[in-house]
Amino acid sequence: MPATFTRHTVETERKDTGYGGKPPLDRRPTGGGGGDDNWDSRPHGRRGPREMLIRFRLTTLSILTADFVLFAVLITFFYVRPTAGHVSASENFISDWHPLSVPPILWLNTAVLLLSAVTAEIARRQLFHEIDVMEEWLGLGRPAVRRAAPWLAATIALGGLFLAGQWTAWHQLASEGLRASSNPNCYFFYLVTITHGVHLLLGLLALVFAMGAMFGFKRVELRQVAVDCSAWYWHAMGLFWGFIFTLLVVAQR
Amino acid sequence: MSAVIPVRVRRPLLSRVFTSSHRDLAILWLLLALAAVILGTLLSLAMRIHRVWPMLPFPFYGVPTPEQYLAGVTMHGTLMIFFVLTVVPQAAFPNLVLPAQIGASRMAFPRLNAAAFWIGFASFLALIAAFFVPQGAPIGGWTAYPPFSEIAAAGPGQGAGMDLWLVSILLFCAASLAAAFNFLVTILARRAQGMTLGRMPLTVWSWLVSSALTVIAFSALLAAAFMLLADRHFGTGFFLPAGEVVNGIRQRDPAAPGSPMLWLHLFWFFGHPEVYISILPGMGLASSLIANFTRRPVPGYRFMVTATTLIGFLGLGVWGHHIFVSGMNPYAGTAFGLTTIAIAVPSSAEVLTWLAMLFRGRIRLTTPMLFTLGFISFFIAGGLTGPVLAQPALDAYLHNTFFVVAHFHLVMAMAGVFSVFAGIYYWYPLLTGRRMNEVLGNLHFWISLIAAYGTFFPMHFAGLAGEPRHYAQLSGPVESFASLIPVEKGITFSALLLAAAQLIFLFNVFRSARHGIAAGENPWRATTLEWSPNAHPIIESGPYVYGPGVASQDDFRPQWAFAENRNGSPGECSPPLKQE
Repeated sequence: MPATFTRHTVETERKDTGYGGKPPLDRRPTGGGGGDDNWDSRPHGRRGPREMLIRFRLTTLSILTADFVLFAVLITFFYVRPTAGHVSASENFISDWHPLSVPPILWLNTAVLLLSAVTAEIARRQLFHEIDVMEEWLGLGRPAVRRAAPWLAATIALGGLFLAGQWTAWHQLASEGLRASSNPNCYFFYLVTITHGVHLLLGLLALVFAMGAMFGFKRVELRQVAVDCSAWYWHAMGLFWGFIFTLLVVAQR
Repeated sequence: MSAVIPVRVRRPLLSRVFTSSHRDLAILWLLLALAAVILGTLLSLAMRIHRVWPMLPFPFYGVPTPEQYLAGVTMHGTLMIFFVLTVVPQAAFPNLVLPAQIGASRMAFPRLNAAAFWIGFASFLALIAAFFVPQGAPIGGWTAYPPFSEIAAAGPGQGAGMDLWLVSILLFCAASLAAAFNFLVTILARRAQGMTLGRMPLTVWSWLVSSALTVIAFSALLAAAFMLLADRHFGTGFFLPAGEVVNGIRQRDPAAPGSPMLWLHLFWFFGHPEVYISILPGMGLASSLIANFTRRPVPGYRFMVTATTLIGFLGLGVWGHHIFVSGMNPYAGTAFGLTTIAIAVPSSAEVLTWLAMLFRGRIRLTTPMLFTLGFISFFIAGGLTGPVLAQPALDAYLHNTFFVVAHFHLVMAMAGVFSVFAGIYYWYPLLTGRRMNEVLGNLHFWISLIAAYGTFFPMHFAGLAGEPRHYAQLSGPVESFASLIPVEKGITFSALLLAAAQLIFLFNVFRSARHGIAAGENPWRATTLEWSPNAHPIIESGPYVYGPGVASQDDFRPQWAFAENRNGSPGECSPPLKQE
């Protein structure tokens, strides 16, 4: 939307080259069709093919902002708690924060999630490949969907693999006697990984929904929205995991 | 949809309740807030009466125990802050006028919006249910500080009651977040043609900022409340310190102690922005109403927008002033004291702008304007003690005294409620096509104003004299506070008068719906789009074009004026307003 709304009178620009020269040009930002081609100043629903996409992207962005704060709040514990401790009877300061060496499988999980981000991005981009989209829009077939589907399926499979890997990691820790209630670092580890796991499960459901949407939805825009928003959500969860994992590996004290 | 709803369209009740229409949802939110405010007020009256006549039995109940008094404190605070002061300005009012004010026919996500209401309703039910479980409602206050909130044995109500309270808060967070997502996207993506950010009414700016604050603050509370729930049920110990002993019994020792201070920080990281979530819409409304009822533009519109945004931004960095005496690092206290005083700057800027608009203005003292003036009065009276309490040294004395109670009841509760009243009196014609009775409105305002000052102003003196909060009674074997009993009695009588005055308001609301004078299309001759008769306005001017000579035939130019000129006759496509 333009910062200020001014009605343009048709201005013509003529380079006075003396002879011939360019034809009169419409200075408005869009084509010279003579109509008001500024999509932003049209009524809702007629602001071009990206109107709905922008609306849903904004929503995804605000949801992810809330999620960001949520994870930030959980992570404060990781920074606040190690500084605490207690003074023993012999007046020694006892720190009871035990570093936790993460189960090695988390490295594998991280790689899997990274890979899934790549596949999700490829799937997302297929839905915006202009020639394919145009073909879909004209109803000549669904080349974009056909190309995106395998990549999306791969993302879902990799996402499932990641969750299974996390499940294994929790079991491995539990079999070592490190449960959620064992020590402060465990509280944090389980809380943050389970919260992230739940978010990822929701993302997985969103991807499955997007898969269904690609084949079920009649409107091209809706198919794009479903894949685009779930892919961005997936990317954000990947990013959050990257940060959490780095924290768990590097910042252990 | 027209801005002025035809009055007598009968729709089946069910379709009005299970709806995704924002106007209907506004009414549902208002009814929810009404239920909450009635309950919250009754609780506060019961507490006031118990404080001054501790032996007086309540009918059908008996004499409340000190724990039941504390349960009253907790539930009063929770109901009022979440279900009244958040719900009305940040859920009911935006549903009522936000889409109309930006020229949108509907919200960006109507079903998400409806879901927000039903989650909020479930949250209300969960909170009320806490009264009816064994041992009753929680007694830890609306801030639920650990370890009190961690241990079921800590007192009656800290078991099932506390769990229900936490569930209620988690649901309320979800509802607020859902509503805020919808408002944010609606404001950013569904504005009408020509409604640039610089032409949005200040109410819409306030909702933009408060929705952004909601996204940040409520997700922090969501996480913190979930951690507390995990402590209570999943064996973790985020906030639970070691060595808790209740009645000689050592409580569950976590494997390692957690940090109660962390809860304090996380809670108030939510709690302080929450104050601005509930007061910013009122500030935006005050600007709009003063412009309207003095027929003057808002001077420095951009300046006001900047101040609003700055208040929201700074509001995220001041939470520490709630916990100066909790054992926080004193240096942190100094820092939080400074940021708190900094926030007084944009707040004062807004107040001074309002005063400048009022200065030598020809003020039309309609009921909404009276309540706006009341809002400003309380905002100043309560706000002035803000920088006082922001001094860590002074707060060490004043903390947990009635001085604090006076401060936040004036600046948040009374200012908030008066702006809610201003909004209801102002927007009432949108819902019913009628105006509320002015005589009753005046009566309601003056009694409320005097009684509210009578209730909360003397609390400053009681607080300075050292009267503590949260005490069920002041008399007893120790006579320390006996000299304060007369003041306390005065406060109680004043509170009863304040509550009684609200009966006038309720009577006015229900009577005017049938018998009020017909409002016409634009009863306040306002410029903002909720009064537009056009369904698809095209906006060519700012929100506050008032004053002589701004339009050819009148002293104001509505934002939809351009569309009228283009269509020929004004209000061409508006459906006729049905009147009796």
